[in-house]
Amino acid sequence: MTYIPPMSGPYMRKNKSVRRSMLLVMAALTPATAYGFYLFGWPAIILFSITLGSAFIFEVMCLLLAKRSITMYAFDGSAILTAWLLAISLPPWAPWWIGVIGAAIAIILGKQVFGGLGQNVFNPAMVARVALLISFPLQMTTYMQPIPLFSSAAPSFMEGVGIIFGTSSFDAVSSASLLSTIKTDLGQGIALGEIMAGQYIPSDWILGNSVSSIGEGSALLLIAGGIFLIFGRIMTWYIPVSTIIALGLMATLFNIIDPSQYPDAMVHLFSGATMLVVFFIATDPVTSPMSPKGQIVFGIGLGLLVYIIRTWAAYPEGMSFAILLMNAMTPLIDRYVRPRIFGRTQKGDPIKLSEKA
Amino acid sequence: MEIFNIQGGAKLNGHKSLTADLEIITTPMPDILHIPLQQHIGAPAEPIVNHGDRVLKGQLIATSKGLISAPVHAPTSGIVKRIGDFPAPHPSGLPVLTLTLEPDGLNEWAALPEPLDIETATSQEIADRVSQSGIVGMGGATFPSAVKLNLGQRYKLEMLVINGAECEPYLTCDDRLMQERTEKTVMGIRVMMKALNVPKALIAIEANKPHAFKAMEEECANDDNINIVNVPARYPMGSEKHLVQALTGKETPAKGMTADLGVVVHNVATAFAVYEAIYLGRPLISRIVTVSGQAINKPGNYDTLIGTPVSSLIALSGGMSSEPKQLLMGGPMMGQPLPNLDVPIIKGSSGILALIDTETIDQDVMPCIGCGSCVMVCPVALLPLDMASRIQHEDMDGADSIGVRDCVSCGSCNYVCPSHIPLVQYFNHAKGRLKEQDIDRRNQDRMKDLAQKRASRDEKTLLALEQKRADREAYNAAMTKMDGKGHGTDNEMDIK
Repeated sequence: MTYIPPMSGPYMRKNKSVRRSMLLVMAALTPATAYGFYLFGWPAIILFSITLGSAFIFEVMCLLLAKRSITMYAFDGSAILTAWLLAISLPPWAPWWIGVIGAAIAIILGKQVFGGLGQNVFNPAMVARVALLISFPLQMTTYMQPIPLFSSAAPSFMEGVGIIFGTSSFDAVSSASLLSTIKTDLGQGIALGEIMAGQYIPSDWILGNSVSSIGEGSALLLIAGGIFLIFGRIMTWYIPVSTIIALGLMATLFNIIDPSQYPDAMVHLFSGATMLVVFFIATDPVTSPMSPKGQIVFGIGLGLLVYIIRTWAAYPEGMSFAILLMNAMTPLIDRYVRPRIFGRTQKGDPIKLSEKA
Repeated sequence: MEIFNIQGGAKLNGHKSLTADLEIITTPMPDILHIPLQQHIGAPAEPIVNHGDRVLKGQLIATSKGLISAPVHAPTSGIVKRIGDFPAPHPSGLPVLTLTLEPDGLNEWAALPEPLDIETATSQEIADRVSQSGIVGMGGATFPSAVKLNLGQRYKLEMLVINGAECEPYLTCDDRLMQERTEKTVMGIRVMMKALNVPKALIAIEANKPHAFKAMEEECANDDNINIVNVPARYPMGSEKHLVQALTGKETPAKGMTADLGVVVHNVATAFAVYEAIYLGRPLISRIVTVSGQAINKPGNYDTLIGTPVSSLIALSGGMSSEPKQLLMGGPMMGQPLPNLDVPIIKGSSGILALIDTETIDQDVMPCIGCGSCVMVCPVALLPLDMASRIQHEDMDGADSIGVRDCVSCGSCNYVCPSHIPLVQYFNHAKGRLKEQDIDRRNQDRMKDLAQKRASRDEKTLLALEQKRADREAYNAAMTKMDGKGHGTDNEMDIK
């Protein structure tokens, strides 16, 4: 009989693994991503592939440097998922080097310098997005109207390569995102109703037929993916629901106070990166609190911050900043927001029977 | 009846169909029996027979020592071959004092104590008989049962809960017992109610045992004082404090006992052992063991003598089809790996499991990704991932401050962890370390105390001497004054 070193049980395990979780998250992202590919065509597909490929290469390089197992870590899916989330939050026709630099920042600075999987304080994809936004504001805010794949106006594969590598120019209607349009126009004293009249068709925004980054457009498909993950027990509902409620309440409140200045909850919830972030990035297990109560605090904080940044700060697409700030708060939340232990009071003393009974 | 929620918990694949429908088989007499003298929590029993003695079935062979202990009886008649160290059914395989008995095949009973008349017996008499019969908690905890039948003297009790949850996967020994020995088990329960002086009993059975539930319900149909309750099949429902919470909605205080809530919990197999002790005068010398797992050719439920080597039980089950990946005593969640097949069945052995590769997943440990699955399933509402990271950094006091000692080692966190981190291993390690620290601290305090006492004693002696010297000097001075001549020199020498 083989010698089994004394180890505590249990001796049975649920069939779960890190890789399985990562793959399921990717599966949940697939519909929204595929729809983004359809809307923005070959350039988006090429940019996406470049970002994922370079992230994988950076991950392998870091693992080699750190002398860690390539087979175990490079294929755990975490680097690919990070790059995936970064890629779909980029403007669809951004140049190739945006993808490569973004992947480098995400994998090297966002994740590996902290010690790799599970060790990072900030969500790597959001670190990269914010770094890109600050460093390359022009490329990172140049959005365009969708030109669906296979439509007559859509660029072919070769034209797509030309667009991404900057070797050819292509006529596309470039445009700013809704939130930044609102921001700029409000700044110029145009009333909200007037701005929205030309821009805002709610059904289009919910379906995703709108000016957006590759994968954040279709709120509906993102919500569907999120619900799939919640029911698949890959994530919990605490963060998405609390964020949506907090953001929705803030937007509704200010919209009631002054409808000419503050867009309503629908705009905040269904445009920009809201749904992508609340379901797929805020729920990043590594950088969010561990207890349900902590996650609710995190979600509320995120909702409030997003509203504040979008409304009163210089960045109308404030989601990524809000995420990083809340990531920084996570250790603090985890320290102070803890579940009540069985048989003990919240403070940790054994419960007294006279009070409980 | 209302069932209250328990925190966390995991839905496990029960694997119970392997043996759930198989009738209990009484095992034939093995060639040799190894009877450890410590099969319970507490002090080991002390042998009272000698090498070469012939003992009879049911004869006392080792007496209990101390308050928390249990005696051991001969499972059959035969010759004592050896009294010495033998590997224990514990992962370490460390030797414990064991009595080796060679059965003579006659199975001749010793003179047994008279059955007790349940109508006239007092609580103390029942508890004494249970104690003399060597009965321990048969769910696996092996705490001497008599101690838990005496609680009525110290606590105001309202209810007896019989734990028939059997929440560990694979195990079906309690399930079969409740189906096949229903009447006797219920008689045992009534004895326990009498001993505890409680008006009612609840028998909790997990929803995955409908036949046992039906059998027990039919048996108790005319008894308003005993209710059978279906509890959800949710691990660790069989944990004493959680079962009481599910049944009463009350939470046992940390460091407290369910008796604080007026509830005492006994295992259903213990109730059957109590029946045998009271009505037949028979001590605990056998138990039902589930032998299961996919490596076992013919899984089953066996009524087995205490001391039977695991190897004979496996041979009886048609042997193993392949080398098992994991060989366990108890269930797969909280059971322990066996060091080898020679170790014996003891009073707390509910199962012998031989698991193959696909049943016991052995995967690479990945870093914690903080998914919080462990937080969701922890029945004690701890933060397993936080405790584990503190323990990894050798911060035992930190782990203690967030409740590692409240952990019941149920293994739910470990079961769901996608990174396959051996969480329970960490927690057990930390609990051991903290216990050592406590002992060290206590010893240090004791030393300090003794040193202080000694110092104050020395001081007192010095003060006394000082006083004596002063007295002498005063006396001398007085004498000198009186005589006019000095006695000083002599007296000074005295004091030195």
